[in-house]
Amino acid sequence: MSEHKTSFLKKYVFSTDHKVIALQYMFTSLSALLIGFFFVLIMRWELAFPGHPIPLLGRLFSARLTPNGVMSPEFYNMLGAMHGTAMIFLGIAPLGFAAFGNYVLPLQVGAPDMAFPKINMISYWSFVVGCLILAASFFLPSGPLQSGWTAYPPLSEITRGTTFWILAMVFIITSSLLGAINFIVTGLNMRASGLTLGRLPIFVWAQLVTSAIILLAFPPVEGGAILLLMDCVAHTSFYLPQGLTILGHASGAAGGGQPILWQHLFWFLGHPEVYVLLLPAIGIVAEIIANNSRKPLYGYKAMVGSLLTILILSFVVWAHHLYISGMSPFLSDFFAITTLAISVPSVILLTCLVFSLQGGSIRFTTPMLFALSFLPLFGIGGLTGIPLGVTVTDIYLHDTYYVIGHFHYVVVAGILMALFGGIYFWFPKWFGRKMNESLGKWHFWGTVIGINGTFFPMFILGLAGQSRRLWNPLAQAHNVPWQKWHVVSSVFAGILLLAQIPFIYNFFHSLFKGERVSDNPWEATTLDWACPSPPPHGNFSSPVSVYRGPYEYSPPSHRDSWVSQNAEAS
Amino acid sequence: MNLLHLFGLPPAASTYAADIDFGLRLTFGAIVFVFFSWSVYLAYLVFRYRNKPGERAEYEKSEGISKAMIPGLVVLVLEMILIIFWEIPVWGKIKEEMPKMGDVVEVNVLAQQFAWNIQYPGPDGKFGRREQKLVSFSNPIGLDYNDPAAKDDIVLANELHLPLGKTALIHLMSMDVIHDFAVPEFRIKQDIVPGMDIPLWVKPTKIGTFDLACAQLCGFGHSLMVGHVVVQTPEDFAAWLKKEAPAPQAASSANNF
Repeated sequence: MSEHKTSFLKKYVFSTDHKVIALQYMFTSLSALLIGFFFVLIMRWELAFPGHPIPLLGRLFSARLTPNGVMSPEFYNMLGAMHGTAMIFLGIAPLGFAAFGNYVLPLQVGAPDMAFPKINMISYWSFVVGCLILAASFFLPSGPLQSGWTAYPPLSEITRGTTFWILAMVFIITSSLLGAINFIVTGLNMRASGLTLGRLPIFVWAQLVTSAIILLAFPPVEGGAILLLMDCVAHTSFYLPQGLTILGHASGAAGGGQPILWQHLFWFLGHPEVYVLLLPAIGIVAEIIANNSRKPLYGYKAMVGSLLTILILSFVVWAHHLYISGMSPFLSDFFAITTLAISVPSVILLTCLVFSLQGGSIRFTTPMLFALSFLPLFGIGGLTGIPLGVTVTDIYLHDTYYVIGHFHYVVVAGILMALFGGIYFWFPKWFGRKMNESLGKWHFWGTVIGINGTFFPMFILGLAGQSRRLWNPLAQAHNVPWQKWHVVSSVFAGILLLAQIPFIYNFFHSLFKGERVSDNPWEATTLDWACPSPPPHGNFSSPVSVYRGPYEYSPPSHRDSWVSQNAEAS
Repeated sequence: MNLLHLFGLPPAASTYAADIDFGLRLTFGAIVFVFFSWSVYLAYLVFRYRNKPGERAEYEKSEGISKAMIPGLVVLVLEMILIIFWEIPVWGKIKEEMPKMGDVVEVNVLAQQFAWNIQYPGPDGKFGRREQKLVSFSNPIGLDYNDPAAKDDIVLANELHLPLGKTALIHLMSMDVIHDFAVPEFRIKQDIVPGMDIPLWVKPTKIGTFDLACAQLCGFGHSLMVGHVVVQTPEDFAAWLKKEAPAPQAASSANNF
């Protein structure tokens, strides 16, 4: 394809090129991660030193949010809800799914672009509108959402900020749905000749399954959110029972609704969403491990089978978030069984990744360090989920800091580490330059220390029975002896922030001044490395054909330690 | 000695706390065992198969249908045994089977932003009628004092007294948003949903005062929504009930006789 002469605006802003859109998603989601991290740093000050003025920042906010520089409980709840929303819906999910998927999936299937480039552009700009609405809600008189990122009614209906949160979510959900359709069509219909389903890289499989989950899980919560919106703005009562008395005043709601209904609709998305975050990360780790252990990935079919099993099972586990919500306790046994059953495909995926190392010749590159750390760190996240999946032990641990520790080990220690690895791995493909290895290692070790120091104390706080979402933990006498662990956690959160400085510097420095590398610096086999770095408009100079599976590393018939998927049989 | 006490677990104070502590010990034991054996194996692989000059990786292509599934299936079998023989019966005992009326202490807990209203039925054993339009600052639960059953009811804020060794049946109700009844020493937790009356039972095994803290985000005062559970000997409890009983209304009793 020829290089078009296009204006700056069309080339870099309203672009339909999957590579530009991927990088737009990447910069937006990395910014959202940083902003969401700042939210929680302010909260962690309040948790470690309740009632003390916030240093430096305390006077920046309005007197309503931080009277005398001290965080108000409303502000705490706003930051809490927006931290969750920003990290999950604006940070991790668009980074793993939209950014990596957009860049790598079309390349790995040998396609010139996405199947629907314009829909791809609409998907990104819809996402931007969602982000802007959320950001704007901070400056509205109502403020942002303050009822947790789960927005449980009736609380979400009697506090302000919910309406704008729902509006933003509708744009973000639309963006995800458009992206999912695009990924499925591209991944299935635009494969290069010879690229059978059995020859697709695990990353592509992971993105396809993620897309299917998004397509099936988001519409119910979107419908549910519209009902919540109606409750907020049109005074319907989908989620409100009769006869509520709010702070001494009778609520005018007609009643007849059921608050738990929202929880079912929300978690019908909410739990599959965990796999929307996780599966792209698993795909990235699989690519990095195969490439850096220089041998074929272990158990390709078992991994694909596990991904497909997760696709089905992830839709029948949602109510394990509701064991003690007041739903019929007889339902819980069913969800406990499905919840423990879904651990099996996850265990198989991890087992295959670990077995892939056996007999390898492991290169300890920066992406490999991140991918290797995913295995034990995500292991902690997964294993600590067992006492939450078991109904009896969940009675004690539910809604405590233990839950916070568990899912941050899953999402930060596991998934985010894998995504960092992916950035180091594909950076040469995006920019034709490599990120600095020693800065990458500083980033890696600092992040590992910061993450464990931040999140491990939460297990102790949770075992001590401390509830989550407390503006002032010391208001409850039983929390006082364990307060020191909040201080530890906050100090390490600061270290985690410092550890990101080498990454941010490395990213921008390497963008302009990094070491120039060849098209395939990692000596990788998949098609994304068979095109120039960065790939031109249209990606491949001529249509590619595929002759073999995705992980032909160290085959005995070749002198090189790799054979590209599109290399003709000799 | 339960090692988990070193990691924050408070002392147990109810009959079913032992069951839950057993589950915690079992699952955490399994977590620690699996994590460390897996990590040692992983560390061995990473060290043994590190890149050495001149050495080539083995070209071993396993579809791995069987070998990779073994750990997963072992996990599945162990988990199913745990669920069928332990979890389902214990969960049923705690959350499904409620004690029969009769020899139990009945209490209504009416949660609101940001307080716990406690209502005892008094000597007649009947809770007085409540009505939303009667709710006021001095009558937070809207008790209808014209109802004969209401006359001996005891209404308190943020203080739940329970007798030692006797089963208490607690009716959880909310007046506004979702709250959560959580007492770490009892190892119990239950969301309180407006529009529903959710039963919960507990049989205290330890005398003392414990925090009753809301565990579900309920608004700006969530962290301040903390009351106390006071577990007393049955004698002390009876004496306390007598002391708290509302003074008989002189006028109405005079009219009756």
